[in-house]
Amino acid sequence: MIKPMGATQEEYYRGVRMVPYDLVKELVLAIVGVGMLAVLIAAVLSSPDVGPVTIATWAQQDPVDFVTTASGELAGSTTSAGYGAPYNSAGDGQSWGPIAPQKWFGVRIPIDPANSFVIQPLQRASFSNTALGTALSTWQNGSSDQQSSWLDAYTKALASATVTDGSVVVATGDYGPLPVMMSNLLGVAQSGGLDGLLVINGRFYQTDYTQPLLFMGDGGYLAGIADEAHLTGSLWGMMNETGSYPGQTWLWLYTMWYQVFPFNSDTGIIGLNAGNADLGIIILMTLLTAALALVPFIPILRDIPRWIPIHRLIWRQYYAPRKASAHT
Amino acid sequence: MAATSSVRGAPEKPASWTLRLRHAFDRHLPMDHLLPDRQPYYVGSWVYVFGVVTIAALAWVVVSGVVLSFMGPQWWHDSRVGLFFNSLHFWSVQLFFFFMVLHLWGQYFMAGWRQGRAATWMIGVVIFGISVLTAFTGYLSQQNFASQFIAINAKDAMNGAGIGAFFNVLNFGQMYGLHVMLLPIGVTILVVIHIVLVRTRGVVKPIDPEGGAR
Repeated sequence: MIKPMGATQEEYYRGVRMVPYDLVKELVLAIVGVGMLAVLIAAVLSSPDVGPVTIATWAQQDPVDFVTTASGELAGSTTSAGYGAPYNSAGDGQSWGPIAPQKWFGVRIPIDPANSFVIQPLQRASFSNTALGTALSTWQNGSSDQQSSWLDAYTKALASATVTDGSVVVATGDYGPLPVMMSNLLGVAQSGGLDGLLVINGRFYQTDYTQPLLFMGDGGYLAGIADEAHLTGSLWGMMNETGSYPGQTWLWLYTMWYQVFPFNSDTGIIGLNAGNADLGIIILMTLLTAALALVPFIPILRDIPRWIPIHRLIWRQYYAPRKASAHT
Repeated sequence: MAATSSVRGAPEKPASWTLRLRHAFDRHLPMDHLLPDRQPYYVGSWVYVFGVVTIAALAWVVVSGVVLSFMGPQWWHDSRVGLFFNSLHFWSVQLFFFFMVLHLWGQYFMAGWRQGRAATWMIGVVIFGISVLTAFTGYLSQQNFASQFIAINAKDAMNGAGIGAFFNVLNFGQMYGLHVMLLPIGVTILVVIHIVLVRTRGVVKPIDPEGGAR
């Protein structure tokens, strides 16, 4: 049974010397003081706002990377194409022994990268573009072996491709309809059209950027900018922010695990390694957070404050007279 | 009064639910405990300030966040006034976490959960966790390069743990909605409960009194 708190608190404080304390004044002063500090820092230091990368920027700045990525989507060789749940069934996803939550929940955000990022946008762009329509028909009517052969040759040629007036130029070869398809996709992307086509998805209002972000994530352009800005995972990833601004520094413990064994190792231990680091670290952090919440009930953890006399500094006024009386 | 007392003088539960609720408040949350004008003399350390400045920073996070949400997520990219309010929001969040971590460590080394205060500590840890999630959705809602990079990287962690099937960090609408509505409401309600628990139970005594309360 819960005792009435009023009686409990009065009993609790019985014999304790009470002193005047203006709680409301303290709160108001705190709000004013912290507000002044926040306003001052905001006015002097501003806040980070490096503009987003668009597919148009990517296609304009690094057309070879763009076309290579788009070809990779058709070949099924990109991260998204082989991802697995929740986007598709192409990969097994992460697991640790029988623990495989990625697979348990299945494909809940269905995305077929080849169709979503390349074929469907080209189909929309082929309206009144006969040459593109013919190339698409040739592609779709080709056998999978034929498509693989074209893709293999084209991907190899892209390794030594050059850029002329924003277009990707490859050595002559048997690439089937791919050069026409890719030059059209590149043109649509450079004009900004693909940024819209990947979010519109048959609707007018749109707030879901899953498709363009997955597509850009498959390429090397965005990752390269992140690397230059020292934002990548090996440098504590999500804790960082662009410029010299603080990021989510409170994620230091979560981010730290990616830097240490077994989560940075290909072999690892007891089935935990870099391959399933995300799952392992989320489980670990969940357990650590639960342990933090349950500190009052965990021996040793709850006893550390008694052993380390920081409380004697905090309550030095309380302990000081006791010392004095001990000396007398 | 007659409705609340029996003929023997023992308290009797009133029939009115309204009266019952009011009496429960009177018993458990008397105003002189919620807004006390006296405190034990040992509540004189600066460590006690970390809690109130955390609340103060949260107040500024909410105020600046309300202005930003009223004007819409694009406003601050194109307006100097908007940039200022975004900066105020950004730094208020940084101060909020800074003070909250100091408060957490302070309470840890004071073993603030003692003598019936475990629930207060546990709710505090939950507030910290939800605040991390709120800040995370905020970073994803910035609509700039950092948002893109964080979303692309964070999706693997979320998907690997199965969370991504329901919490899609690439879906701006979902992240923005959670950031400006549900998560702040959760933090605010839990902070209110946390404060009410602190006020109703009183401030914990120093560790090892060795001779009882003074």
